[in-house]
Amino acid sequence: MEAIYQFINQQLLMPMSAMMFPADLQAEGLYLMQTSLKVMAILSPVLFTVAYFTYAERKIIGFIQGRIGPNRVGFFGFKLWGLGQPIADAVKLIVKEIVIPSGANKTLFVIAPIVSLAPSLAAWAVVPFDDTKVLADINAGLLYILALTSLAVYGVIIAGWASNSKYAFLGAIRSAAQIVAYEIAMGFALVGVLVAAGSLNLGDIVMAQSGSVFHWFWLPLLPLFLIYFISGVAETNRAPFDVAEGESEIVAGFHVEYGGMAFSVFFMAEYANMVLISVLSAIMFLGGWLSPLQGILPESVLSSEVIGSLIGPGLHWLLIKTSIFMFFFLWLRATFPRYRYDQIMRLGWKVFIPITIVWLVVVSALVVAGVPPWFD
Amino acid sequence: MSLGLVLGKIMGHARSDSEKQSPYECGFEAFEDARMKFDVRYYLVAILFIIFDLEIAFLFPWAVALDGIGLVGFWAMMIFLGVLVIGFIYEWRKGALDWE
Repeated sequence: MEAIYQFINQQLLMPMSAMMFPADLQAEGLYLMQTSLKVMAILSPVLFTVAYFTYAERKIIGFIQGRIGPNRVGFFGFKLWGLGQPIADAVKLIVKEIVIPSGANKTLFVIAPIVSLAPSLAAWAVVPFDDTKVLADINAGLLYILALTSLAVYGVIIAGWASNSKYAFLGAIRSAAQIVAYEIAMGFALVGVLVAAGSLNLGDIVMAQSGSVFHWFWLPLLPLFLIYFISGVAETNRAPFDVAEGESEIVAGFHVEYGGMAFSVFFMAEYANMVLISVLSAIMFLGGWLSPLQGILPESVLSSEVIGSLIGPGLHWLLIKTSIFMFFFLWLRATFPRYRYDQIMRLGWKVFIPITIVWLVVVSALVVAGVPPWFD
Repeated sequence: MSLGLVLGKIMGHARSDSEKQSPYECGFEAFEDARMKFDVRYYLVAILFIIFDLEIAFLFPWAVALDGIGLVGFWAMMIFLGVLVIGFIYEWRKGALDWE
């Protein structure tokens, strides 16, 4: 990985910046191109994951319900368990017409999908993949995450308002109130992590969890962990909290007027948000890239050359943990019936917020008292 | 992303008529303004959200500095949280959080 980056950097980027930029802007130009390369190296796998997450969803839910799921679209005449499905879907959505309703506010209508996708992609800037691999190693990482996940609600509201349609409008206000209610519980859970780790930097948060599986924050912050993930499900408007879409009552909610590529950007935003929530849960509560065998096997085995790369700390553990959370999203959808709106609001306001406040007090008392093994 | 939208606009068919461009309403002709009155409770939720979100914003610097400010800082924030919890209990008792 490192070697490939160095190769591209020296063979491609340096000559290109020498050609394209004047001498006094060399350094800035090179930095710009290096950063763009890194952004692409992060976002292309993310978008690929988003595409195949839709396939995984249909396949897994099909499996749970005793169906087969998509199994026809393949490559070059081979069916390959329907692996070509996401690509076929993308092509179909690209060639569809984007209808802009006559009563809509055109600018807002076009901006809304972009506003809802951009934050969920931008948040990946501070996600640490390894103790060295992070795009922006900023000290306000968690604050940045909180800010960007809060921005998602604007896309929904703007879409619902700009469509000038009753279903879209109803879906938008429902979804806005729901997101806002769960945002609070989510924020408190983040503050709990912050108190426990003592740092806003996501890399430091992971390092604060090193020791063993029982040093990871899921144990001392168990209520906050569960609430964070459930709030994440509610934030992304996923089943069983999907009253904002509620296809049996308000058709599709806030994006009912969208079609073609404009719709698929909303669709991608939803899935990108789910992947983001999964990776953040893994980082904040399940020790990110840390190995679960830490503390069981001696340190010399985990850092050894061959075996260490397999069972020692590394990117693969983060991917495994993230996949587990992503699977939970699908499992929840296949298992639970939709909540009623008053039940959702009761759960958010009357159950989650009191629990998070109480647990925040407990955690901060533990930290001030320096209770081992977590906070000594 | 914008590229995607532009691509969709270029590649997509564009055969529209006034029926197609009217807002979707299960086959009805659209009636009334879509930006209609809605329940005041949504508004209330938004106001309560601001209070609690501000609280979270205040908790962030406190949480980072908790190691340095010790017991005094801890109790100061507990008093602040206590005041907010009293407010929370008040709105709960007043029924601001009920949806039925």
